[in-house]
Amino acid sequence: MQEHTQLSHKQINEDLLKDVLTVPKWWLPAVSFLGLVVLTGLGAFFFMMYHGLGVTGLNRPVMWGVFIANFVFWIGISHAGIMISAILRLTQAEWRRPITRAAEVMTVFSLIAALHTPLMHVGRPWRVLYWIFPYDFSRGIWPNVRSPFVWDPSAVGTYLIASSLFVFVCLLPDIAILRDRAKKPIVKKIYAQMALGFRGTPRQWKLQILAGILLSALVLPVFVSVHSIVSWDFAVLIGVEGWHSTIFAPYFIIGAIHSGVSAVAMLMALSVWLYGLDKYIKPDHFDAIARLLIVVATTWFFFFFLEWVYALYTLAPPEIALRELQAFQWPYGPLFAIFIITSFVIPVPLWLFKRVRRSVVWMFWTTVLVNIGMWLERFLIVIPGLIRRTHMTFDWGTYHPSIVEILIVVETFAFVCLGMLLFAKVLPLIPLFDVKEGMVNRRLIKVGRRVIPATIREGLPHHYYEKKQ
Amino acid sequence: MVDSNKWGMVVDIDRCTGCQGCVVACQSENNIPINLEEHFNQRRAIQWIRIERYWEGEYPDVKARFIPIMCQHCGSAPCEPVCPVYATYHNNEGLNVQVYNRCIGTRFCANGCPYHVRFFNFWEPEWPESLKNQLNPDVTVRSRGIMEKCSFCVQRIQRSTRESERDNEILEDGDRGLNPACVNACASNSLIFGNFNDPDSTVSKMKEDAMQEGGRGYRLMENLGTDTNVIYLRKVGESVVEAPHG
Repeated sequence: MQEHTQLSHKQINEDLLKDVLTVPKWWLPAVSFLGLVVLTGLGAFFFMMYHGLGVTGLNRPVMWGVFIANFVFWIGISHAGIMISAILRLTQAEWRRPITRAAEVMTVFSLIAALHTPLMHVGRPWRVLYWIFPYDFSRGIWPNVRSPFVWDPSAVGTYLIASSLFVFVCLLPDIAILRDRAKKPIVKKIYAQMALGFRGTPRQWKLQILAGILLSALVLPVFVSVHSIVSWDFAVLIGVEGWHSTIFAPYFIIGAIHSGVSAVAMLMALSVWLYGLDKYIKPDHFDAIARLLIVVATTWFFFFFLEWVYALYTLAPPEIALRELQAFQWPYGPLFAIFIITSFVIPVPLWLFKRVRRSVVWMFWTTVLVNIGMWLERFLIVIPGLIRRTHMTFDWGTYHPSIVEILIVVETFAFVCLGMLLFAKVLPLIPLFDVKEGMVNRRLIKVGRRVIPATIREGLPHHYYEKKQ
Repeated sequence: MVDSNKWGMVVDIDRCTGCQGCVVACQSENNIPINLEEHFNQRRAIQWIRIERYWEGEYPDVKARFIPIMCQHCGSAPCEPVCPVYATYHNNEGLNVQVYNRCIGTRFCANGCPYHVRFFNFWEPEWPESLKNQLNPDVTVRSRGIMEKCSFCVQRIQRSTRESERDNEILEDGDRGLNPACVNACASNSLIFGNFNDPDSTVSKMKEDAMQEGGRGYRLMENLGTDTNVIYLRKVGESVVEAPHG
């Protein structure tokens, strides 16, 4: 990283807390609009629950539709949290500091959004508790542990709990600052309760840092398991050609990282624009995340390619018919073209240019494209597979999502945006203490004749320091 | 009669005329709601047994071929392991049974079934007033939001076995009280029901005959390894080299 802006702690506090302690002009209209969309979606859900799943476009044999595609999409987005905050924390990537909290908060909200749809789309949502909780006392029947649908709630639940804890642990020092600065007594009291008595004693800092590292290390297995299990929802079914594939687990995971990290870049651009945080999120950060994205996107594309190769290598007629449907027939053909172009062909070559990587606008729009493509990817896995171009031509299906389904899918997007906005109103979206720590560790060190900004965690011999800022 | 039963069916495609008698019998035996035109248009009609019609040959030498398809009661069923709440499981009589009360309607099983014989109640089932008194009291009326499928008329199997135990009689092979409704209704005898564990039963003999080298027997989508309990006998005749569904 070449740029280096040193800010005083006072300025960091003022910059990052101004949106929490005051209300931006656009905030109320945005929140009310999103709230309206969420309410409409919930209304659509209750309408669906009252009338039955007949109001969707589902039929036989296409029993899962956009709900499940959307579920996979949001689980994918949620992988951003672990990727950014756990893996980058453990590998000590310095550029992660201002982004971690936004990524983690997005993880929490997108997990809740992901949980919406499968729970809503069951036939009898009021009996879902029998499924989620692993024991049914009244009947003495255990759930079927062979079913990936039993692993799903436990994996996603673990992830949700771990992410929420992680967000909270990382919030404690910032809540304490808010407690000290809040003007209204009632607000002060609420922050005081939330801060759990954090005063910044050395012992508290030690525990807080330890908890952060422990949680990020412990959550790493979930990084692999959540999306593997989601992929097994599909891969275990022998009767669906497009789904029954052993490559699904790694393919889904890398796809999730692709869309998740892209979503974080989107979020960074939005926080620069909406909250004016350009002093904290700099072209360097976009540059770093775009380099990461190039690697992730290319790996993902390799897995995508392999999935096709494995499928076509069998030369089984249903498999070939399915691939033909996916790639060439209306309406999936055009969608497939859009998916390939938006998720790989446009963004990745663009990211190779330094000017694109360091531009907020370019990074925003390319990552938006990636997420459009990745949503379509999930759609193109779920629906054409279920249309079943098997030998039994009598049972070939079709599917058109109904307005109710579309409203509920839109609701999940509005829900995540709304959650982020509400969170940013109550708590800072950029971790103050983390940014400060990064600045404290910053040094300009002399290597030969050149002076280079670097991050020092251990003390260096004195002559290494050019000047201490 | 043998100790344990393994119920199964033999379907002789050569005899099937596509009359849909089995479909109607099944609808009335199992309290299946009336399939209206709109249900077919929505692709949500419920038919535990259905006749699939395929055309063979080129015009003008074209022939209609029929194949009745019901739940295959797979020995290794793709639908069973995926149900999170054990609403579908394999019982010890070779039947793949559905427990309506447990079902929460994830429809995972329906996606897993390669034969598409699992049906979801998208709407609350309704009957015209005049038909309400004809509902079979032995069969649960399913509500909205759950899966249902062919049970090989498990209520008839249960009643017959209970009655034969009570009277200390031997359950006769091909007994009309035991047979599923579709088998009783089949005018051309193309559906034969029985116990595969009983070596003397008609279905066992037919299976042995059909599955030997050069026999007419096959299973639907045998390559999936579902080990079905329904054996199909392919069409006899010169024009036919293979069953129409491969």
